[in-house]
Amino acid sequence: MMIVLSSDTVRIVKELDMVVFRNRLKEFAVKIGMGLVNQTKLITAASELSRNMLRYAGGGVVLIEIINGQRQNGLRVTFTDTGPGIPDIKEAMKDGFSTGKSLGLGLPGAKRLVSDFEIKSTVGKGTTITITKWKNG
Amino acid sequence: MDKIPILKIGHFLMVAIQVDLYDRLALNLEADLVQAVSKTSAKGVLIDISAVSIVDSFMGRILGNIAGMSKVLDADTVIVGMQPAVAITLVELGLPLKGVQTALNVEKGMELLQKKIKIVDEEAFDDDSTLQ
Ligand SMILES: Nc1ncnc2c1ncn2[C@@H]1O[C@H](COP(=O)(O)OP(=O)(O)OP(=O)(O)O)[C@@H](O)[C@H]1O
Ligand SMILES: [Mg+2]
Repeated sequence: MMIVLSSDTVRIVKELDMVVFRNRLKEFAVKIGMGLVNQTKLITAASELSRNMLRYAGGGVVLIEIINGQRQNGLRVTFTDTGPGIPDIKEAMKDGFSTGKSLGLGLPGAKRLVSDFEIKSTVGKGTTITITKWKNG
Repeated sequence: MDKIPILKIGHFLMVAIQVDLYDRLALNLEADLVQAVSKTSAKGVLIDISAVSIVDSFMGRILGNIAGMSKVLDADTVIVGMQPAVAITLVELGLPLKGVQTALNVEKGMELLQKKIKIVDEEAFDDDSTLQ
């Protein structure tokens, strides 16, 4: 069973919002006593996903939740945008795939850095990505 | 607009990143540094990131760009003070900062750069002597 202990939302519509969001996420990670390496991995993954949201969907909303499950606390972070969506998720998740002439590291890299990664996207409707990092995971 | 100060120390340029970098600020730093290398003919660039807690793919790419462009202008770049958690994260992210030299701290970074220009000086001297 999974219980949500506390939550907050952050809107991301400009670059500086990413800084605010990363700091907020850091506060949550510190609050549950997450170790520095896991904190760094989570915030780095979240930084990638918030930039994608800004760059490809013109912004969106992030929900940060402290959850309890698997006998420990963790953070669940959900990125929701109403942008163009991703036509081929399997392709987008591959290292090196980019429509933005970039390295194509964001999505696959973020997945490697967290405990759980879920992506749902509908062309023309938007994209929702949920990542979870357990305190000790 | 925020700006990250660039210090000139002898033949080298030094930057200590003390603030949270957002993308525009990082891009400005890249442009300012490359311009400063070209203007001062610096032989080395030292970037202290010991106060930086997050390096994502964007920031990592900027560091790589700075090193690459400085190299074209004949300057070596050393990144110093990377936090262990940041180094671990970069590897897992899949961005191994190719072509970027690293050192533990400013002192070690300076030593590394100093050694480099010494070697170059000696080679230049050797070339001179063979010419004559
Ligand atoms: N929120 C989103 N909405 C629409 N498309 C997206 C979104 N996030 C990612 N994409 C698409 O997925 C591709 C892969 O994203 P990923 O973050 O892996 O790489 P990138 O952003 O292109 O490069 P990098 O992150 O290395 O700078 C993007 O090029 C883009 O086409
Ligand atoms: Mg990306």
